[in-house]
Amino acid sequence: MSSIDSRPERDRPWMFRTYSGHSSAKASNALYRSNLAKGQTGLSVAFDLPTQTGYDSDHPLSRGEVGKVGVPICHIDDMQVLFDEIPLEKMNTSMTINATAAWLLSLYIATAERQGTDQGALRGTTQNDIIKEYLSRGTFVFPPEASMRLTSEIVSYTVDHVPNWNPMNVCSYHLQEAGATPVQEIAFSMANAISILDVVRAMPEVDDETLSRVFGRISFFLNAGIRFVEEMCKCRAMNLLWEEIGRERYGITNEKMLRLRYGVQVNSLGLTEAQPENNIIRIALEALGVTLSKKARTRSLQLPAWNEALGLPRPWDQQLSLRTQQILAYETDLLEYGDLFDGSHVVEAKTNALLDEARGELQTILDMGGAVTAVENAYMKQKLVESQTDRLRAIEAGELTVVGVNEYVEAVDSPLVEEGAGAILKVDESAEREQIQSLEAFRNRRNTADAEAALKNLEDVIKNGGNIMAPSIAAAKAGVTTGEWSQVLRDVFGEYRAPTGVVAAPVAEASEDVSQVRKRVDELSTTLGRRLKILVGKPGLDGHSNGAEQIAVKARDVGMEVVYDGIRLTPQEIVQSAQDEGVHVIGLSILSGSHGVLVTDVVEQLKNEGMGTIPVVVGGIIPDDDADKLVAAGVRRVYTPKDFDLTRIMDEIVDVVAESNAD
Amino acid sequence: MPTEPASTAALEAARKLAGRVCAGERSAISQALNAVDDNRASSREARLALLDAVSPQARGVRIGVTGAPGAGKSTLLDALVSGLRDRGRSVGVLAVDPSSQRTGGALLGDRMRLSASARDAGVFLRSLAARDQLGGLSEVTGPSLDIMAAALDYVFVETVGVGQSEAQVIDVVDTLVFVAQPAAGDLIQFMKAGILEWPDLFFVNKSDLGDVATRAAAELRAGLDLGHRRDPDRVPPVLSGSARDGLGIDELIEALDEHTGYLKTSGIGEARRRQGRIARIEHALEVRYGRFGLATLGSETEVRAAIAAEPGASVDRVVDVLSSRIEAALCEHDEEKGRRGA
Repeated sequence: MSSIDSRPERDRPWMFRTYSGHSSAKASNALYRSNLAKGQTGLSVAFDLPTQTGYDSDHPLSRGEVGKVGVPICHIDDMQVLFDEIPLEKMNTSMTINATAAWLLSLYIATAERQGTDQGALRGTTQNDIIKEYLSRGTFVFPPEASMRLTSEIVSYTVDHVPNWNPMNVCSYHLQEAGATPVQEIAFSMANAISILDVVRAMPEVDDETLSRVFGRISFFLNAGIRFVEEMCKCRAMNLLWEEIGRERYGITNEKMLRLRYGVQVNSLGLTEAQPENNIIRIALEALGVTLSKKARTRSLQLPAWNEALGLPRPWDQQLSLRTQQILAYETDLLEYGDLFDGSHVVEAKTNALLDEARGELQTILDMGGAVTAVENAYMKQKLVESQTDRLRAIEAGELTVVGVNEYVEAVDSPLVEEGAGAILKVDESAEREQIQSLEAFRNRRNTADAEAALKNLEDVIKNGGNIMAPSIAAAKAGVTTGEWSQVLRDVFGEYRAPTGVVAAPVAEASEDVSQVRKRVDELSTTLGRRLKILVGKPGLDGHSNGAEQIAVKARDVGMEVVYDGIRLTPQEIVQSAQDEGVHVIGLSILSGSHGVLVTDVVEQLKNEGMGTIPVVVGGIIPDDDADKLVAAGVRRVYTPKDFDLTRIMDEIVDVVAESNAD
Repeated sequence: MPTEPASTAALEAARKLAGRVCAGERSAISQALNAVDDNRASSREARLALLDAVSPQARGVRIGVTGAPGAGKSTLLDALVSGLRDRGRSVGVLAVDPSSQRTGGALLGDRMRLSASARDAGVFLRSLAARDQLGGLSEVTGPSLDIMAAALDYVFVETVGVGQSEAQVIDVVDTLVFVAQPAAGDLIQFMKAGILEWPDLFFVNKSDLGDVATRAAAELRAGLDLGHRRDPDRVPPVLSGSARDGLGIDELIEALDEHTGYLKTSGIGEARRRQGRIARIEHALEVRYGRFGLATLGSETEVRAAIAAEPGASVDRVVDVLSSRIEAALCEHDEEKGRRGA
């Protein structure tokens, strides 16, 4: 037995983070400090949807969303509270922020300066990847051209002024959540990075040496699913392709700059509501995929919590995820070896196969004009919707095994979620009201003239084509709010609605179940006098549209006429659309946890407009208690992640419409 | 076709609904659109009463917007709607999407991504599935436009892509706008397909592409000078602009208004509506009974005379009346055949 002294030398572990933030800056600060005390080594800030989409907490669209999926940050004082007693010169902070990245980075820099830290010393990451927002996550605000400009200006600013900052984190993570295959994940994210690098290269102030540094600062954010061998090969393939792109397309020669640097959040898509304790094992296996191979090892890792499909995780749930990382890094011998797979024919063959296919798909996108074109013509979005449809069909058909969901469903009840276990975090309902009060107080105590002058200056600089960062940092210091900053940009750049990508989804071969429902839809349509028409709506600021898209495609496949207008609609817009379109039923999808306010609003407004007889069904991450409340408010059916069989949902929607029209 | 007599109350309700539609009441427009789409035999009389009451009141300008996929029709519509709203006019949009032949299902409205500024109380959006009409317009397109034109100043109908729909859409609109994108080879294809003879106005989109766009506009003008045109007295104007950046939209609205004025003063508008009415009736009868069935009404001239005999009635009413005559004739024909056989 070896003594402590003779223990072999170990690699330094990756950085441990937990994606977190909720309710208020104060509550989130307390959470961050306790996580750091438990051995977390970096921060990952989750902002709420109003902050991500550039609205103050008191904007009408923010209603119900404040503090729900992250922390609300309206101004510099919020940011200062968020990092109270956390020295930013020593911290590495990752911020999941995209459309408003320039603003949140400006607030971060201004806060650091208040702490006495120069921006040059800051370390961290702004996600700043707008392409995947159009494709999957949905917190875009501005049209593609303006968005690419903002991203490239953050890149060109930080490379000189905040040299240790990762200005853009190209995310393939959300593409996998939207259904991407490994090949699509590689090809789409590379196309995305190229679209920004091409813009940066064309900037007059960027020379070859700067371009090399910019290339070295672009980082990636990957997903890791349960097929962990393939996922490991995917990471190896991305390493190779990135280096190839650096050398061949951008003429980079500096080895250090050519290295692919990436962080990972493992898959949430495959986490199940049924037998939720199984997710603990899934998460650990997925972590292996991105740590086992030294050559393809992640720089930082975020593990989701086992109960994410049920609602918001509690501190204990997040601690379990952190402990998983610590056991893997400190207890096992993983970090004592070089690459375990060098020389493995199996791994090499799989890696090369992925690489070849990804090169082909990347070329297809570049040939059509690049990632921006492939967003505007919906090519990538359609491919993702197709892949996701395939995946769900395979689960429904039992071709893809999901333990506890479509196989091995017999189980004893889980003590983790039994009555009274309180298995999820309840957001304090007073958080929104308190945040709005504190925002009003801030507006009253700031110097209004300073703020207005800073906004005017911001507008002038943008209109004259100057870099967004300097006037934004000045605005942060002058007490400008998130909503005010964004409004200036909205006025100059306009707002964008992205293609939903569902129209071109091919009609699936009908299984027996689908044919059965189709027959019922035909019969009911005859009774109704016209074809059964459904409105699929996403109220609020939540942009996770994958579920709504799958419902829309399935409804079409069973023979319904489907109206789907995309994301970010107010309850009033949904009700108006239901009236104009003359639909028989409304299906709402919400994942942000703001279902209470938004769904009730839709139901109430329908009644007020004399359309109370139109039935409403709801799908989302909705705890049982909330579901009961929604049903009491008049909602006809509530669906949660455990309802994976979309055909059965359609069958029930036929029931609901038949009931509502029976007289 | 079985006829069920409607109750007096149902007919009275239909006429009342028509009144509310003409007053521009939003919920009434929606209800009326549902009613014209209702194909139950029991709803037929009420539907016809509604259309008879609404059709003569349908004074709004009807504009068809067509063009290849990706030409920017939706973006242009978005800009047009905003522009017309700025001028205080009410606008309706009818978007026609294809249905799956296999399932009857359809995904609607993705093309109508109207921006927030275009979604206000003066804008009414309805999407329609093309149903069993391959590449064409659904039968309810005409009646739906009648309803919307009775309530709103401008009604747009956006059709899918380019093909058979142009020849049909001219039967239901006053003015047809073609949105072209400056892509190589596209225009030649359209000319070959004879599509360019129908539009009254061309809008070359994406003028930000520069030379390519200028060249496309020039080619189009040259082609129009030479080719067949629906209106031989008028060379359709070719405008250019960028729907995305809002360039050329004011000019397009002016051109639309100019064309509306021209249709009125020249009498061509009236003639077009007359022709369109005849074409819709003949088309509907032909779809139902085939050429053979239509021929039982007599020669082409006799058919037109029969249609002209019902000047105030809605298209659907005339179709209904003539359907009964055709069915009677077909019945007689069958009996005749039966006697001969016996």
